[in-house]
Amino acid sequence: MTVTATVPKLQLSGLNKSFGRGDKRIQVLRDIDLSLADNEFVSLVGTSGCGKSTLLSIVAGLEDFDSGTLSVDGAPVTGPGLDRGVVFQSYTLLPWLTAQGNVEFALKAAGYGAGERRDIAREHIELVKLTKFANAYPSELSGGMKQRVAIARALSYRPKMLLMDEPFGALDALTRHQMQELLTRIWEEHRLTVLFVTHDVEEAVYLSDRIVVMGIGPGCIKQTFDVDLSRPREPDSASSAEFIDLQREVLRSIREESLKVELA
Amino acid sequence: MATSETNGNPTAPVPPEAGRSGFPARSMVGAGGGAQGGVGAGARRRKPIFRIGARIGNATFVAIAVAVFVLLGLVWWAATASGWVKPIFLPSPVAVWTQLVKLAGDGTLWADAKISIYRIMVGFLIASAMAIPIGVLIGCFRIWEAAIEPLVDFVRYMPVVAFVPLTILWAGTADTQKFLIIWIGTFFQQVLMVMDNVKRVPPDFIGLGRTLGLPERKILTRIVVRSALPGIWDTLRISLGWAWTWLVLAELVAATSGLGYRITVSQRYFQTNTIIGYILLLGLLGLITDQVMKALERVLFGYARRGR
Ligand SMILES: Nc1ncnc2c1ncn2[C@@H]1O[C@H](COP(=O)(O)OP(=O)(O)OP(=O)(O)O)[C@@H](O)[C@H]1O
Ligand SMILES: [Mg+2]
Repeated sequence: MTVTATVPKLQLSGLNKSFGRGDKRIQVLRDIDLSLADNEFVSLVGTSGCGKSTLLSIVAGLEDFDSGTLSVDGAPVTGPGLDRGVVFQSYTLLPWLTAQGNVEFALKAAGYGAGERRDIAREHIELVKLTKFANAYPSELSGGMKQRVAIARALSYRPKMLLMDEPFGALDALTRHQMQELLTRIWEEHRLTVLFVTHDVEEAVYLSDRIVVMGIGPGCIKQTFDVDLSRPREPDSASSAEFIDLQREVLRSIREESLKVELA
Repeated sequence: MATSETNGNPTAPVPPEAGRSGFPARSMVGAGGGAQGGVGAGARRRKPIFRIGARIGNATFVAIAVAVFVLLGLVWWAATASGWVKPIFLPSPVAVWTQLVKLAGDGTLWADAKISIYRIMVGFLIASAMAIPIGVLIGCFRIWEAAIEPLVDFVRYMPVVAFVPLTILWAGTADTQKFLIIWIGTFFQQVLMVMDNVKRVPPDFIGLGRTLGLPERKILTRIVVRSALPGIWDTLRISLGWAWTWLVLAELVAATSGLGYRITVSQRYFQTNTIIGYILLLGLLGLITDQVMKALERVLFGYARRGR
């Protein structure tokens, strides 16, 4: 036990990434060092184009990198896998399957038997409060409902880690708040390591244990903020002075970077 | 498919707990959500017919469509009955109808239709059976695309009509020649369209498959092909329409049977009523196959349009 406690769940060190070839080659990520402890909720924020999505795709194993190391539980990552569940901004529910079917699809891929699949899928649909819509097709669901199914699907096969790229970015403010509440509730009950990309600083503060601000030119880790707000987080937490101060500081840190882009 | 998903939002059911309030400090941006509901409510009050995308009832739709056919029929009838157009150029609707009934009665029409339908079926099925796997391959793998796509694109621009003499040299006037013409006319188009259908599969679907640890082969069959299926079906429906054209072309030039052959023979005897009757029949056959394909599409791929 003591050994696993010292090995971080996710570790990136000296990671570099460029796109393109020859003259057009541009470095997108430089010397990224980041580690996530077990059950830690970490948000990644930063100006548009600083490489948040690229970094998340690399961690997911969907994108290669040039140099550096990336490991999960101390083992180097060689590609995508069931140990890292991904929630995409675009929902990515398979339109020919119902909500239940979408969750079962993941469970089937993960090697669960037919009976087990049905029960586990039902449990997770219930977890995201969609039991009534279990047999609805994605075209019959609203954006928020689709994203809840996507979360249920990513949780269903028990990955060690959840990677989310602006999962609530396309939702309206009210639905967004409901989703944030749901996510904190699930996280507090089930405990899971989460890497969460967002544009919304308030969202980052509300959800995270730690906020990592990325800088630009090329993308790097600029600053890290520990979020010392008490758990469980309630919607009211957002009105505390601590919350608002932290939000302001993070925002200032991001602004400095955006200014750099404008001046350049 | 993608459009139905994004368009679905405003009319989609509201999540059960959407009514719950209570984010005192965090509701500053909440106003944006309410604005959406207003759009739907406003549209319900007044429904101008010429609003882009305005919906009409099924009965109205059918009534308008039928009315256009009836109107054109009346114009035709009036033009011939008044003696404005000579029957040798354009016989009256009644004359065409009687001729069709006569040909149906002595079995000529059924025999002609049967052989033509047989030819289009075989030619079209061979073309589709080849085009789908090849289209999927070049849509998924750049190596195959490099090898096949430029070639197909090149052949596609060669006029099918110009192949008719060549196919007669190769295959004579037997059915094989008809299959060949239909194949040349549809296969190359189908390959490119299927490739396009496959390329339209959202990259995140493939990413999802990978994060679920599926091997590439399974991603191809369970996600890519499955996801492209409605598009591929549409490709088949559209190319089947063209296949009718190529069939008739092949039969007009060199055949001893079939609907196209009957049209050529009738021209020799100035039987304009048979020609027009057969042209209308071809239109009708095309329309029927198209409607059958569309109906099947609704049954097979209804999930994409539900609730709309
Ligand atoms: N496939 C690609 N080829 C070339 N350049 C790319 C590619 N993907 C991303 N980039 C570049 O890498 C940089 C980082 O992109 P990325 O999408 O990771 O940014 P981001 O921080 O997620 O931005 P946003 O907040 O707008 O989502 C951008 O400058 C982008 O233009
Ligand atoms: Mg991004």
